[in-house]
Amino acid sequence: MAAAPDFEVAKLTGEITVPKLREGAMAGIKSFNANEKIQAPLGYPGELVEDWHDRAIGKMGELLKKYRSLQVFMDACVHCGACTDKCHYYIGTSDPKNMPVARQELMRQVYRRYFTFAGKYFPKLVGAKDLSKEILDDWYSYYYQCSECRRCSVYCPYGIDTAEITMAGREILDSVGIGQKYSNEILGKLHRIGNNLGLPGPAILDTLEGLEEDVLDDTGIPVKFPLDVEGAEVLLVTPSADFFSEPHVESLIGYAKVFHAAGISWTLSTKASEAGNFGLFIGSYENMRKGALRIRDAALELGVKRIVVGECGHAWRVAYSFWNTLTGVGAGAAEDDEFARKLQAQLDPSVPQPSHICEFTYDLLKRGVIKADKSKNDHRVITFHDSCNVSRASRMGDMPGGQFIIPREVIKMVANNFQDMAPGTTHEATFCCGGGGGLLTDDLMEVRVKGAQPRMEAFKDVVDSKKVNFLALICAICKAQFTKVLPYYGYNMGMVGGVHQLVSTAIELPGLGAGPVEEEADEAETEATAAGDE
Amino acid sequence: MSTLSIIYVVLFYVATLLLTVGLVRKILQYKNSPAPLKIPTTPAPMTTSGVAYRMAKEVVLFESLFKSSKWTWIFGWMFHFGMLVVLVRHLRYFVADVPGWLLAMQPFGKYAAFMMVAGLAGLWARRFLVDRVRYISTLSDHLMLALLMGIGVSGVLMTFVEHTDIVALKMFALGLVRFSPQPVPGDPILLAHLAMVALLMIIFPISKLLHAPGVFFSPTRNQVDNPRERRHLADWAAQLEK
Ligand code: HEM
Ligand code: SF4
Ligand code: SF4
Repeated sequence: MAAAPDFEVAKLTGEITVPKLREGAMAGIKSFNANEKIQAPLGYPGELVEDWHDRAIGKMGELLKKYRSLQVFMDACVHCGACTDKCHYYIGTSDPKNMPVARQELMRQVYRRYFTFAGKYFPKLVGAKDLSKEILDDWYSYYYQCSECRRCSVYCPYGIDTAEITMAGREILDSVGIGQKYSNEILGKLHRIGNNLGLPGPAILDTLEGLEEDVLDDTGIPVKFPLDVEGAEVLLVTPSADFFSEPHVESLIGYAKVFHAAGISWTLSTKASEAGNFGLFIGSYENMRKGALRIRDAALELGVKRIVVGECGHAWRVAYSFWNTLTGVGAGAAEDDEFARKLQAQLDPSVPQPSHICEFTYDLLKRGVIKADKSKNDHRVITFHDSCNVSRASRMGDMPGGQFIIPREVIKMVANNFQDMAPGTTHEATFCCGGGGGLLTDDLMEVRVKGAQPRMEAFKDVVDSKKVNFLALICAICKAQFTKVLPYYGYNMGMVGGVHQLVSTAIELPGLGAGPVEEEADEAETEATAAGDE
Repeated sequence: MSTLSIIYVVLFYVATLLLTVGLVRKILQYKNSPAPLKIPTTPAPMTTSGVAYRMAKEVVLFESLFKSSKWTWIFGWMFHFGMLVVLVRHLRYFVADVPGWLLAMQPFGKYAAFMMVAGLAGLWARRFLVDRVRYISTLSDHLMLALLMGIGVSGVLMTFVEHTDIVALKMFALGLVRFSPQPVPGDPILLAHLAMVALLMIIFPISKLLHAPGVFFSPTRNQVDNPRERRHLADWAAQLEK
């Protein structure tokens, strides 16, 4: 199926095993560097600066003061090894530097040397090292082999989150002129144009009009895809991949049908045409804030009462956990906090701000405002992949763990056949798709394919034993990653789709019974069902 | 007083001072560094009392470690709780009138030392036997275990094999507490034991033993999951809005 890769792809067994370590297995792997044109708009030098050593140490000192996480995590690790077998990149590559603690140690060795008594006076004893170009190389290589998925932080007795260290590492690298082309180019597009794909307003409008026609043809119902409508009730902020990529767009159709069926006025926005925010990936508070402020501005301009976020993992983390901090989208601002109050006075306090589209749809389904004909999804046996950032860095609903329950409930309310993957690979223990955190680029294909292995093993298990033929996702990156990676493991990429693609299939649209109009968008998966595995 | 006694008295005062000052400085550093973003590892408690419960489970039961590695958990827990009981038992040297509960626990306390030493042995074995743990172990990791093992084994020897002069030791310890130094008993095992304990106190605030205060300040464990309900803003981040 896929072009023969120039690296070995493991044969799946359906079980996850921890490999013996192979030093240097992934040492040569480096994604392309960003050039001056990409770096400058983000506020970073375009190439390695002359005084890189002092600047890097200076930056590290600054970050240690700004982030308690970094300071505590640098000190607290006891090398207990509990995290060593928890990273999908270690499991998939067996390179010891992909063990979370070893990834941290790349920075800790430098931290010790410059910031601790023991490292200053007894470097050999505690493994402290002077910062060198070789170490910077190692950082670049291994901090871009971490998807910032936080799986390690679940298992560490002190909650040490390697993602925090990876982010700091990337921020230091950027500040001395070593940036990653993929992430930084995309972030530049977000700042310049308003979305990661760099789609200008007219292109979005064009796409949305096309979708309206498609849905009308399919269903006979004039479902609208409004753009920049002032005074709409809801602003939907979704990853721009939803406008153009397959299978993403099927979920966008699903959201539109939900709004239509519920009779709630809504709008997309050209200014806020991106939920994703790669500022998170490179650990840059300023860039993340700048990207997020677009949503605030759009919400104020359009005068919406509610902000709903489409299917995207890291975007949901930024929205749920950080938007309130960065932009005031949320509730509970202090009396004298005019910046946040201005927006919060406009937003409806009776609903969570922002809401995840799954929370939104779940509520409507539960209250019977919208209805679904589950049998429409009977050709599918569905499993659900918990996205890292949703699972371990956010919540849905009003109780801890709602982020696991609500998407599954939505699936079960629109489909009859649902099967979970093995415990230990779902919920907070979920394995990353392998493409998160700024790794979703072709120049890191080997890392991506190998990093997906644990998830693929768990998937194979349910494909074999439960006849699963649909991998339901709530993340734009997961969708793109699995579409690309499934074929390496002998599966059809059409098995991948969004939760709202399932909603789209089954939802009953007003003016139409449960019956007649058959979907045509489903060809891909029918094929997938037939393809099965190897 | 002999030179030896003077050395030991000074050693313990210096060690106590370094331990206290070092720890206080570190704790203040952690406390004063901002946590600009909400980053609890979810699912996380939504209330402060929930966070206290989560933290208590981490500190008392090593809950996360239990999820990740049963062997490390068993050995780690044996070591720490053995050590805790042993430490509490040591209180009797520092108070003139030993309270009833402390007396009552002495017989059990004696055996906690075995638990501590066995736990240490298991943890140390992992550093040789598990390739991943071997890879990440530094010289200081081994020396730390050697030091604790040295303290534990010399303690066990004095309790069960070569009894030392407890009365004289208690005089020495009380002397330290009352700032009226008394001679240290000249028993070589005891002297080694005491020297190692002082060394442990000195390196505590400059080593990975900082995990003990660190765990309480870990944002992924001590933050409340309420970012939508409360606006959370660090001082330096608030400046950006000006
Ligand atoms: C709040 C109190 C403390 C907590 C929650 C705690 C927790 C832990 C945990 C979960 C581990 C990892 C598992 C293991 O290797 O045992 C660990 C390791 C360790 N702890 Fe603690 N600890 C505490 C206090 C202390 C103190 C006071 C000491 C020493 C005087 C200590 C010495 C060590 C050592 C040496 C290790 C590493 C063991 C190895 O090399 O494998 N801990 N601690
Ligand atoms: S955050 Fe995820 S990818 Fe990064 S080291 Fe931890 S487990 Fe691995
Ligand atoms: S689990 Fe935590 S303390 Fe243990 S080695 Fe990993 S990062 Fe260090």
